[in-house]
Amino acid sequence: MESADLGAVWLTLKLASVVTVLLLLIGTPIAWWLARTHSRLKGAVGAVVALPLVLPPTVIGFYLLVALGPNGPGGRLTEALGLGILPFTFPGLVIASVFYSLPFMVQPVQNAFEAIGERPLEVAATLRAGPWDRFWSVAVPLARPGFLSGAILGFAHTVGEFGVVLMIGGNIPDKTRVVSVQIYDHVEALEYAQAHWLAGGMLVFSFLVLLTLYSLNPRLGRTGL
Amino acid sequence: MSQDIRACFRVERGDFRLEIDLRLPGHGITALFGNSGSGKTTCLRAMAGLERAPGGLFAIDGEVWQDESRGIFVPTHRRALGYVFQEASLFPHLSVRRNMEFGLRRAAAAKQGFDLVAVAELLGIGGLLDRLPASLSGGERQRVAIARALLAAPRLLLMDEPLAALDLKRKQEILPYLERLHDELSIPVIYVSHSPDEVARLADHLVLLDEGRVVASGSLAETLARTDLPPAFADAAGVVLETIVSGEEADHLSQLDFAGGCIHVSRRAEAPGSRLRCRIHARDVSLALERPRASSILNILPATVTAVAATDTPGHVLVQMLVEQTPLLARITERSRRELGIVPGQPVWAQIKAVALLA
Repeated sequence: MESADLGAVWLTLKLASVVTVLLLLIGTPIAWWLARTHSRLKGAVGAVVALPLVLPPTVIGFYLLVALGPNGPGGRLTEALGLGILPFTFPGLVIASVFYSLPFMVQPVQNAFEAIGERPLEVAATLRAGPWDRFWSVAVPLARPGFLSGAILGFAHTVGEFGVVLMIGGNIPDKTRVVSVQIYDHVEALEYAQAHWLAGGMLVFSFLVLLTLYSLNPRLGRTGL
Repeated sequence: MSQDIRACFRVERGDFRLEIDLRLPGHGITALFGNSGSGKTTCLRAMAGLERAPGGLFAIDGEVWQDESRGIFVPTHRRALGYVFQEASLFPHLSVRRNMEFGLRRAAAAKQGFDLVAVAELLGIGGLLDRLPASLSGGERQRVAIARALLAAPRLLLMDEPLAALDLKRKQEILPYLERLHDELSIPVIYVSHSPDEVARLADHLVLLDEGRVVASGSLAETLARTDLPPAFADAAGVVLETIVSGEEADHLSQLDFAGGCIHVSRRAEAPGSRLRCRIHARDVSLALERPRASSILNILPATVTAVAATDTPGHVLVQMLVEQTPLLARITERSRRELGIVPGQPVWAQIKAVALLA
């Protein structure tokens, strides 16, 4: 395997890991709110979160490119904060991937929170647990299968993305060129052998990750995957 | 009295209305009894703060948990209560011990309650501490739930039909433990039930609810002996006697003494001096003007009629009488009443055909 391929693999794993951690941090409160609220905004927020499920990745990539560009609101903000312009950088790729993979984290976690129901939280309240305590000691442990599903799906979906990456990240070696883009390049250049190595590697890796987690937690099969 | 529990709630939800204003004793078991839809559970949830009744008032022993007129609403987790739900609702991810410690650890800062081992002993679950809830029977789970609630050092224990989800055998398994709680703990218990047997067996104080309103509230014996209860409660009309097993035993019978008399029942295993509750259904009592001489009925007591009331069944009346100070009810036909000339003040002989022992 060439060093460019290894670089792409490393970059992909780094991206997916960072994105998964951010998804847990951002997706959990959104999932909790969606699972518990009676607000009329619930439908609208749920729909926005789910948009990446139906939109072509290029559409998301295009809007993010515009928004985060020098003339977009996001771009002005990042510049004002001294972060520069994010498209075609690794942080830009992370932001785009978080948007793109958000529903894959939020929906299993939301389903898991909803499946817990009101009762265990009421029981915890009668046993002197305050709201924050109830969330950590009851809701999170009981929603564990949902978190596992969400993390796997978020990670795997980020590893597998292509269109968004191409739009907002471009194809810069070691910065934004992830495995899926590298495979595309190889195929364009008719380098099928290299493409096979990477594609086969992705296949085996994805299979092993899923297999391991399914065997660790058979209940996962019932929670959204 | 500051030792009392004061509950005043008004909840309106669609067709359903709950409107209660109760003053309950600060000790013993108070049963909230009524049919489904009568508002028992809503009432209990409002007491726990799980539901916020606008304009509600709830205070126990002078401590105000809710008084909307003064803007006070203490959230559930800051109320020193224990709540046992109809389904045990144990935390499935925690062992029995960790379930029990859940409230214990959090209450420890506020006030040290009971010792885990002692409570486990009281409820007969000492051998289950390391098991997971999924491996317990329904009755065991409910006992763990009761233990868990007690360990949160409550000043008030709320129980929402804790036996309703269990079959008869499991009920029989738990009832003795509930009786032990009653005898050994000083915490007031509010017990929601729609089972007359459970109420007769456990309660000291009875609140009858019907369609969100309080129909009657008073001591168990007095309330059960009332003749003016609505038909929903009249079906099971009858009184509860608090008796003491006396030393007298002959012919394989035990004598049970109560205020104003005694009855005989099949030999009991309880030691002399033990307290035993028994229930005498109105339909199991018949009346005679003279003491029957030739009768196989064992328990015949002299009584004085105090009231006669109609029942929901045409042609039947409910006769209330006193055996010394102890009230008794008989359900007889209107024709018999007329032929015997039974009116308040009339001395009669009450023939008790059956005694249900509640233990």
